[in-house]
Amino acid sequence: MVSAVLTIAYRDLIKLLKDRTRLITSLIFPFVLIALLGGMLQAGLGSQIGFNLVAFTFTGVFIQTLFQSSALGVISLLEDRENDFTQELFVSPVSRYSIVFGKVLGESAVAMVQGAGIIAFGFVVGINLGLSQLISLLVIGLAACLVGGAFGIVLLANLTSQRVANQLFPFVFLPQFFLAGVFTPIKGLPIWLEVLSRASPLRYPVDLLRGLFYAGQEEYAQVVVDAPVLNLAVMAGMFIAFMIAGTWLFVRNERNR
Amino acid sequence: MDGISFKVQPGELFALLGPNGAGKTTTISILTTTLSPTSGTAIVAGSDVAKQASDVRGKVGIIFQKPSLDLRLTAEQNIRFHATLYGLYPFRPAYSAMPRAYKEKLQELSEVLDISGEIFKPISTFSGGMKRKIEIVRSLIHRPKVLFLDEPTIGLDPSSRRSLWHYLTRVRADTGTTVLLTTHYLEEAEQADRICIINRGKVVSDGTPSEVKSQLLDSYLLIDSGDRSRLLDELKTLGLTVEGGPPFRIPFKGKTPHQIVKSIETPLTVLKVHAPTLEDAYLAIVEGARPDG
Repeated sequence: MVSAVLTIAYRDLIKLLKDRTRLITSLIFPFVLIALLGGMLQAGLGSQIGFNLVAFTFTGVFIQTLFQSSALGVISLLEDRENDFTQELFVSPVSRYSIVFGKVLGESAVAMVQGAGIIAFGFVVGINLGLSQLISLLVIGLAACLVGGAFGIVLLANLTSQRVANQLFPFVFLPQFFLAGVFTPIKGLPIWLEVLSRASPLRYPVDLLRGLFYAGQEEYAQVVVDAPVLNLAVMAGMFIAFMIAGTWLFVRNERNR
Repeated sequence: MDGISFKVQPGELFALLGPNGAGKTTTISILTTTLSPTSGTAIVAGSDVAKQASDVRGKVGIIFQKPSLDLRLTAEQNIRFHATLYGLYPFRPAYSAMPRAYKEKLQELSEVLDISGEIFKPISTFSGGMKRKIEIVRSLIHRPKVLFLDEPTIGLDPSSRRSLWHYLTRVRADTGTTVLLTTHYLEEAEQADRICIINRGKVVSDGTPSEVKSQLLDSYLLIDSGDRSRLLDELKTLGLTVEGGPPFRIPFKGKTPHQIVKSIETPLTVLKVHAPTLEDAYLAIVEGARPDG
C-alpha cells in the first residue's frame, strides 16, 4: 500500500525534474506577483495601510502557488487518460484511494520543490524569515498542497479533457486570488463578498499561514481574519470531503466511460 | 454486448476474433475490471470480476490496444513503476537501489524479448514494436496467470509482428501463462488453441481453428466429366456422397481429397478442391452469408 502510494507519487517528481519549462515558469509567476505586484502595492499603498505589503503578498502568493500547482498537477491525470496511462493505473491491484492519494502526494511534493524556490526568492527580495516562520511556511505549505490536490480531484472528476480544463481554470482560480486575500486584505468585506470568500478553499490555508507567520507581531490584528485552529479544522474537513467525493466521482467516471 | 459466454482452459492460447466494433475490447475491459458489466458474471483465474475486482487485477496482465506507457519515463522506469505498484518489490527511488531479484527478472525478460540494450532509454525514442515489447516485459513481471492482449500487433510491421508472435510463443512455453488475445488478423487466430468469433456482441462460432472452419464451411471436391452417367455410377459404387451438380460436390467425409481423386477412374474434365481458409469462414460470418465458391 505504502509502496504503491510512493510509486505513484515519485513518478510525478521524476517528471518534474525532466520538465525544465515547468520548473522555470513555476518560479517566474511568483516572481511577478511578489516582486512586481507586491512591490508596487507597497510603493503606492504601503504607507497608508501600515504594514508591509511585500511580506503580505509573499505569504499569500506562496500558499496560492502551492495550492494551485498541486491542484493543476492532479488534473494532469486527464493528460494521463488522454495518453492511456490511466489504464495502467486502473488495472493494477491497488485501491483507488491509494492511486488518488499517491497522485495528491506526488503533486504536493512537486509543488513543495517550487515552494522551496519561492522561499529562496523571498530571501532575495529581503523578507526576513525567522526559524519559526520558515517552519510555518514549510508545514502550512504542505497542508495547502494537500488541500489543493484534493480540490484538484474534485475538479478533475467533473472535467472531460485537458482542453475543457484549460478553458475552465481562469474561472476557478482567478477569483480565488482576490477572495482568498492573496494580495489584498479581506477584513471587513461586504456580506456578499464575505460569503464568496468563505466559499473559496484557498482562503483558509492563506489565513492559517498568516496566523502563524504574523504571530506576536503588531500587524496580526490587521492581517489575520480567523484563529489558526479554525482554519486548520476547515482545511482538514475539506481535505477529507474532497478526497472521498473526488475519488468516488473519478472512479465512477473511469468505469462507465 | 449480448449474452457472450465462453470458457478458457489454463495454459490455452485463446483468440477472440471479430470485426471492428464487434465487442472485443469491451469483453477484455470487463474481464480486466476496467469496465463494470451491466449484467452477467465473469470469473477470471477463479475470481469474480465484479465482486473480487482487486484479486482479478493482481492475477492478470494486460496489453492494451493503445500503448499505455509513460512516454517521459525510461523503459526501466515504466517497468519499475509497474513492479512496485503491484507490490512485488518495495518502492526504491532508483534502479541501483532495487533488490537483486528485480534486476535479474528484468534482465531475464528483456533478454527473451531482445531489448536488454534499450531498457534505460526514454520510451519516447522507441518504435511501435519496441513499445509493445516493453509492455510485454511489464505485463509479465508480476507473473500473471492470464495475459490479455487487445490487438497486440495492430500497427506493427510484418517483421515486428512475426517476432512478437515468436516471443509470445516462447513466453508461453517458459511460463505456461494462459493467453487471451483479440485480433482481426486471421492468420494470428489460426495459431490459437481455440477461437471464439464474435460479431455484433454475440458469439458466432467457438472451437479449435479446424472445428470453426468445419462448422462454418464445408470442404468438398468439385468434379465433372464428359461422361457424367459413368461418373455418377462410379461414385455410387465407391459409396461417395454426391451433392448438387453438375459439376458435382463430393464432401470429404473423413477422406483426404487425394484418396478420393485416386479412387475415381472416370476421366475428369473439372477438378477443384474446396478447402476453406479461416478467412473464408470469417468473411462468411461477418457478411452474414456463406460464400458459395
